[in-house]
Amino acid sequence: MDFNDTPEEAAFRAEVRAWLEANAELRGPEDGGGVDLGELVDDETLSAAKAWQKKKADAGWACIRWPKEYGGRGATAIQGVIWNQEESKFKTALNIFGIGHGMCGPTVMTHGTPEQKERWIPKLLSGEEVWCQLFSEPSAGSDLAGLRSTAVRDGDDWIINGQKIWTTGAQFCDWGILVVRSDPNAVKHAGLSYFVVDMHSPGIEIKPIVQINGGTGFNEVFFDDVRIPDANRLSEVGNGWAVAITTLMNERASIGSGGGRAGIGDLLRLAQEVELNGAPAIEDSGVRQKLADFYVRSKAVQYTGNRTVSALSQGKTPGPEASLGKLVGAVLIQEIAAYGIELQGAAGVLNDHDNTAHEGSWQERYLGIPGLRVAGGTDEVLRNIIAERVLGLPPEARVDKGIAFKDIPTGPPSK
Amino acid sequence: MNFDFSDDQKLLQQTAKDFLEEHSPLSLCREVLESDAPYSQSLWKGAAELGWLGTAVPEEYGGAGFGYLELAVVAEEVGRALAPIPFSTSVYLATEALLLAGSDEQKKRLLPKLVSGESIGTAAFTEKAGQNGVESVEARVDGGKLSGSKLPVPDGEAADVAVVAAQGGKGLSLYLVSLTGDAVEREAVRSLDPSRPAARISFEGAPAELLGTEGDGAALAGRVLDRAAVLLAFEQLGGTQRAFDLTREFALQRYAFGRPIASFQAIKHRFADLWCEIELARSNCYYGAWALSNEDDELAEAACIARLQASRAFDLTAVEMLEFYGGVGYTWEYDCHMFYRRAKSTSVVLGNPASWREKLISRLEADRAA
Ligand SMILES: Cc1cc2nc3c(=O)[nH]c(=O)nc-3n(C[C@H](O)[C@H](O)[C@H](O)COP(=O)(O)OP(=O)(O)OC[C@H]3O[C@@H](n4cnc5c(N)ncnc54)[C@H](O)[C@@H]3O)c2cc1C
Repeated sequence: MDFNDTPEEAAFRAEVRAWLEANAELRGPEDGGGVDLGELVDDETLSAAKAWQKKKADAGWACIRWPKEYGGRGATAIQGVIWNQEESKFKTALNIFGIGHGMCGPTVMTHGTPEQKERWIPKLLSGEEVWCQLFSEPSAGSDLAGLRSTAVRDGDDWIINGQKIWTTGAQFCDWGILVVRSDPNAVKHAGLSYFVVDMHSPGIEIKPIVQINGGTGFNEVFFDDVRIPDANRLSEVGNGWAVAITTLMNERASIGSGGGRAGIGDLLRLAQEVELNGAPAIEDSGVRQKLADFYVRSKAVQYTGNRTVSALSQGKTPGPEASLGKLVGAVLIQEIAAYGIELQGAAGVLNDHDNTAHEGSWQERYLGIPGLRVAGGTDEVLRNIIAERVLGLPPEARVDKGIAFKDIPTGPPSK
Repeated sequence: MNFDFSDDQKLLQQTAKDFLEEHSPLSLCREVLESDAPYSQSLWKGAAELGWLGTAVPEEYGGAGFGYLELAVVAEEVGRALAPIPFSTSVYLATEALLLAGSDEQKKRLLPKLVSGESIGTAAFTEKAGQNGVESVEARVDGGKLSGSKLPVPDGEAADVAVVAAQGGKGLSLYLVSLTGDAVEREAVRSLDPSRPAARISFEGAPAELLGTEGDGAALAGRVLDRAAVLLAFEQLGGTQRAFDLTREFALQRYAFGRPIASFQAIKHRFADLWCEIELARSNCYYGAWALSNEDDELAEAACIARLQASRAFDLTAVEMLEFYGGVGYTWEYDCHMFYRRAKSTSVVLGNPASWREKLISRLEADRAA
């Protein structure tokens, strides 16, 4: 048992560190950040993000786990973790490539033809092109395979109609990964196909959706007779579900790897700064008990992440166990944020940069976190995954198996 | 980074597991629970022969000279078996107190007997309800003679030597006291978990020998409790995992409404949540073991988070176990209550969760001030 790097890991970390120090500024304790709450991405943020990615790509530090032939460095999983750990200590541009690099790239690399990889991967890596994920629909979220957007073959093209929703970043993306129904007569999961769509195609309309925190990180995307060349299809017609699973597995791996950012350090600081019943809140035994519980859990999530890293470093691939990080972590961040507001007493009602403790960051966090509990698999979906795939408990009883998709019962359309 | 046990340590763990599966089935725990015997003598002898009692004791005092990582994996197995032996008290409390503060002479005299199992040690800190450590101790030592009464003393009936907290000339101190003399009166008291029973012990002028520095009792007891907390957390982890595995098997084969109860989402999701709690506990335990084996400054914090999360996981799992078994879970005949008892008993025996939370926050404050 050893928390320290092996000599090889330490050498790699030093190399990473040296490059970062030469090219970015270290993050201070007051710089906060970490949790992406889906802020509006304006042009300035966008070009800064692309510029940082380009800089990394030029120096060979972009998507380091990807093969050398596409511009990566074929790094090991543990090296990937070391890079992420070090990069997060620096003030860098907002990462708008999470979906592209975490999910789209790996899916194209797994299922794409050599021509497809050649076309898409290098520019995805260098940040020249930004990607989004067009999976969810108004009537298909957790039950993704219930999606209804259609693809109809027309010569060398496919014609797409329907609607996607919650598409993060669609407004500034160049490409999207898209799952659609190519055969409504087949059973649910068998009728799907998977495409890469040019987001600038005629017939695509993007409408931002306002989140509860006022941000517009995600969008509705409407498809009206949008043409996609057959050359942009990944894997066979009707095999879309298998490809989608590849994407979702990668999503879990990238979301789960965060952790450790629950905000407990900030909460301890806040409890020292504010009063409760006329004395520093930190002196109140009820507050102390609560803080201790948060602390125990924050550390447990962090060390569970360390165990995953150890497994990676031994060459193992994390499986569905990685769902723990998001399931426990998101609830914890939410509870800590709520308590951060409560500690401010009646002033907790404020959400004003200049007049609120810690510049209103607790209120912002509180309003941002519910999205994290839903995105990338809700708590309930993650519990199902753990119960079935980790613990081997029986699958849900289902009423949608073995019948044609068009015959499956549905609720009224959502407003 | 390698946040895991080594292959050798895992092998040691497997050996311990195999041994306990054969020699400490749950029926052995039940036997002790149902009888007046305070522990299983045959299992104690077996554990001693395997060298477990001296796992982390240097060879010069008769031990195996391994470290705390080895002791931690053995502890996990002792916990998984609900082994009815005074392992935690004699090894994590008495032996550790001697290793921490004993003079060379004291170690040479007492450790070999503790390691061989010939002697059983315990710690007698608390005196009445509401105490969690050595706060408000009233027992006194005057002219080397101890007077006072201790309750509960874990394994107080089985033990023959105790580390006792008492007020000395220079304030609170720890003393080594033989429990076999005339001036010591022991009374068995009914315990929540009779497979790990406690006793009341009264001292009326019993000879007491100073352990460590006089007046240093509170700090020393704190250090002993930190070490014991990490090791007991491994026992709790083992017990939790066993309860979880048994409950999972039960839920898979018990049918209601034409399907296994394990297929109901209300049950599945609670299994998923328990699994998370156990994994979180395992992570904090590993960190505790690492801090303990490195004599690290971080042990003070690591002990708190390991103990708190392991207690929580065990408590929650044992409670759900009884619920998921249905009516049979509430019977004396089924084993569920042994886990239910062990979980609650271990969550308070070294001090309740509230006291460890308070310790954790004080320590974090001290760190931040430093
Ligand atoms: C901030 C944010 C960003 C997102 N970004 C994207 C994106 O970029 N691309 C994209 O495609 N999607 C995106 N999503 C969509 C996200 O994947 C879905 O919202 C999510 O999968 C849930 O689907 P839903 O909203 O349709 O809710 P539903 O599936 O209708 O769920 C409603 C409730 O029912 C519960 N439920 C559903 N099924 C079960 C079950 N089997 N057992 C128990 N309970 C169940 C859910 O847990 C939930 O509580 C994003 C969502 C958010 C909030």
